[in-house]
Amino acid sequence: MADQKEVKNVSITVDGKQVTAPAGTLLIEACKTVGIEVPSFCYYPGLSLQAACRMCLVRIEKMPKLQTACTVPITDGMVVTTESDEVRQARKSMIELLLGNHPLDCPVCDAGGECELQDMTFKYGAAESRYMEGKLHKDEQQWSPVVYFDRPRCILCYRCVRVCGEGMDVWALGVQNRGSGSVIAPNRDDHLECEECGMCIDICPVGALTSGAYRYKTRPWEMNHIGTICTHCGDGCKTTLGVRRSDTGTDIVRGDNRDKSGINGDFLCIKGRYAFDYFDHPARLKQPLLRKNGQLVPVSWEEAVDHAGKRLREIRDSKGGQAIGVIGSNRTTNEENYLLQKFARTVLGTNNIDHHRTADFAGLARAIAGKENATATMRDVFTAPAILLIGNDPTEQHPLLAWNIRTNVRLNQAKLYLANANPIKLRRQATRFVQLAPGREGKLVSFLNGDDAAAGSLTNATVSNDVLKQFRDELRSQQNLIIIFGSELQGTDIAALVKFGAGLKAKFICLGDYANSRGAADMGVYPDLLPGYNAVASAVKFSEEWGPLPSAKGLSLTEMAQAARQGQLAALYLVGSNPIADYDFDPAAFRNTFIVAQELFLTETATLAEVVLPAASAYEKSGTFTNTCGDLQLLKKAGDITGVKTDFEIIVRVAERMGADIRKLVPFGGATRADMGQSRGAQSGEADRHAVWLAANGMEPRMSPFDPMAILDEIQRLVPGYEGSRLNLLAGNEQHVTAAEHSAAGPGDGLVQIVPSNDTLFTSGTLGRYSNTLNSVIENHRANPVDQEVMAD
Amino acid sequence: MAISEKLDAFFSEKMKEYPTSRSFLVPMLLYSQDEIGYVSDEVIAHLAKKTGLTELEVRNVISYYSMLRTKPAGRYNVQVCTNISCQLRGADELFAHCKKKLGIGHKQTTPDGMFSLEEVECIGACSWAPAVQVNYDFHENLTPQKMDAVLENCRKKAKQ
Ligand code: SF4
Ligand code: SF4
Ligand code: SF4
Ligand code: FES
Ligand code: FES
Repeated sequence: MADQKEVKNVSITVDGKQVTAPAGTLLIEACKTVGIEVPSFCYYPGLSLQAACRMCLVRIEKMPKLQTACTVPITDGMVVTTESDEVRQARKSMIELLLGNHPLDCPVCDAGGECELQDMTFKYGAAESRYMEGKLHKDEQQWSPVVYFDRPRCILCYRCVRVCGEGMDVWALGVQNRGSGSVIAPNRDDHLECEECGMCIDICPVGALTSGAYRYKTRPWEMNHIGTICTHCGDGCKTTLGVRRSDTGTDIVRGDNRDKSGINGDFLCIKGRYAFDYFDHPARLKQPLLRKNGQLVPVSWEEAVDHAGKRLREIRDSKGGQAIGVIGSNRTTNEENYLLQKFARTVLGTNNIDHHRTADFAGLARAIAGKENATATMRDVFTAPAILLIGNDPTEQHPLLAWNIRTNVRLNQAKLYLANANPIKLRRQATRFVQLAPGREGKLVSFLNGDDAAAGSLTNATVSNDVLKQFRDELRSQQNLIIIFGSELQGTDIAALVKFGAGLKAKFICLGDYANSRGAADMGVYPDLLPGYNAVASAVKFSEEWGPLPSAKGLSLTEMAQAARQGQLAALYLVGSNPIADYDFDPAAFRNTFIVAQELFLTETATLAEVVLPAASAYEKSGTFTNTCGDLQLLKKAGDITGVKTDFEIIVRVAERMGADIRKLVPFGGATRADMGQSRGAQSGEADRHAVWLAANGMEPRMSPFDPMAILDEIQRLVPGYEGSRLNLLAGNEQHVTAAEHSAAGPGDGLVQIVPSNDTLFTSGTLGRYSNTLNSVIENHRANPVDQEVMAD
Repeated sequence: MAISEKLDAFFSEKMKEYPTSRSFLVPMLLYSQDEIGYVSDEVIAHLAKKTGLTELEVRNVISYYSMLRTKPAGRYNVQVCTNISCQLRGADELFAHCKKKLGIGHKQTTPDGMFSLEEVECIGACSWAPAVQVNYDFHENLTPQKMDAVLENCRKKAKQ
């Protein structure tokens, strides 16, 4: 931060190597910078120091005893030995003591194979015990639907206690008793009342804390580990799914945060960690359904797709594209969203396409069009010196964002300015908190912009004029502010907020609710906007490539429902959306509409359909997602369910049955001629190397019309702000996209039609309803109501 | 059971002298225990609120200190030291004697609520081992006979 003094560097010697690091760096961290790993159990970067395990003992010259590298800050000229007989012996003794009371049930322990204690025992060899006393045994306990505790395996490193308290700000775990009798205890005698994030389980170096989802199911080496993106909220955590072959495809056995390389660092919430379980819910659709004599009956893919394609073609040819509506999804990939709107516009011939809008991304695009660096990344939130948050409750709706804010405040003393209608939990981290009457968020923005008269509708018992002025003054003095807002701000309010931020070099984050809400918006699943927020009326670039497009603005989602009610919507094409539930529409309105639904489950809306096509979830396909901040990330196929198809493939197949030219819809084959290199002899590796090069440049041949990467090629070509390094993306890194900054949306019509999902930490729209873990947690919280927020300092 | 208003007022006043309110937690627990005989759930909830800690944290502290108890003890809490000095001078026999005499074991209370018994670590009276602490009173150089007298004395005092 600017007002901090430059920290000076100091040099030390570790095992003969010169190490230079800023003064104050912990020795254990300084060692890491030159590739020397000092073993540790209780030390965990970013958490308070504990010095409980003594695994990190090292010899420092001129100091009488061995020292704990995890607590010693480096000083100039320090000479350190991290490997010597003395040090090895000390570590071995520590392990011997730890094992003194350890059950050594590795063969059945969940952590076996990825246990830090096991690794250390292998390395230092203290498996033979000289300790003859009996071991303290305690039975395994279930603390919540997701958290189990095996006391005997615990090595009392207190990582769980610290991550839950300092990291999560939940403080649900504590230590009871003392010495060898110490035991980790949950906050309610024999069970937990907490956010069920599973962070304590993930951080446990041994198998003492285990998860309800994964316990005793398999061993780590029996799974493949696939790094993909969480399909729930809009934050875009990277989650590693452990998958295993099953009779019906590939099962997802667990979700965790194995490599910590994602934008979420150490974090995952309950949904990313456990709520993948909707994927094999018994209610999952696995066969296409067709309505015959009023009943939905299972049919072959061939029959279902054929019927859908033919009927849609008839309707288009007889009534025109304007009689057809399309509703896209917040949870399908960018490629699918893009393909869907292209299908709607070029094959169905309609601009009647929309999605469940949970935030006004178009409003943001209008407000920041033409500005550089106007949006912040999720990683920025982790380091920004100051943050203004208006509306939303990130702890419930954007858990990663909340984690990043909390951690930034805790570790970097970032300033958090909070304005909310409720005393949300993040107020505990806030430098200033202003509680507003519901619906006054826009007034606050006016006030920030200098409209003192707006203060009148903002003041209340706790918020005086002076408090408001101070709030504004302090914000005005911030540089590099990140401004985050929820669905409370829309349209002109966003424009006003952007105006306020202009002088402060502020960057913005607009909070949408689902995993790819931002992607749906960026990809033009709008009746008036093409991909990249380009107004339909002036879509030259797209019509050059796609051919003639309908130029009049189409119907919005609510207008489609209206049209259906009036008998003017002959067909409705749904992809991963449930408007009947989300918008409370009267099902009867769609009586005379031919509905095709691509869905995972038979939702309220899907039951009205004539054709139901079972779709793959985002855990079962590849493609990209854009999180609410605009971080583009790659999805990798992890699970596999026989019988379903990706939304991408389904759209292509239906288009094909409608007689569309598939090569125009998905640019595959043809153009690129691949040189596959030699497959034998000295240059036999060439094919592989060549393939890597082609992939890195987005130039591999697209052999299949179902290859989403073919559409990504087109997106990167046609949507400004989505270009960027393909290699980076393939490597599993995020790529910040700036479609909003590069938009050309034209003036809006003032109707933004935002319907927030109001999901909580334990719900997640349709997907959440089919997650047994989330349901059992909700049930459990109902049975043991949390009377007050857990408060602590 | 809750603490008296008077004690609570004393806490509020005294707390100001501490750098952070949690620093005063252990004394408050001890005072509360002296007043009502143990640290009740009500007291835990009250002190948690007072110090801004979670109830779990207050419980963690209580469980660390064996002299703090969350269940009522007898009117006279007999704490027999069995640490090394006392052990060398017959503490084990003394403890066995108390168990037999009172008909209760470690951390148990007689049915009439008169006595409870506890085996404790060094109470700092090694020079006069074996030693026993009854509530806040020390009794030293004990034998089973002397112990009987101590217990008898308690009974007498209780009747007064
Ligand atoms: S699951 Fe999360 S909130 Fe619950 S105890 Fe563990 S770390 Fe704390
Ligand atoms: S349960 Fe695991 S994380 Fe918690 S103290 Fe024990 S070993 Fe450490
Ligand atoms: S914070 Fe959001 S993206 Fe991250 S794990 Fe939770 S639901 Fe998934
Ligand atoms: S890692 Fe240093 S004492 Fe545990
Ligand atoms: S050993 Fe009993 S008083 Fe010290």
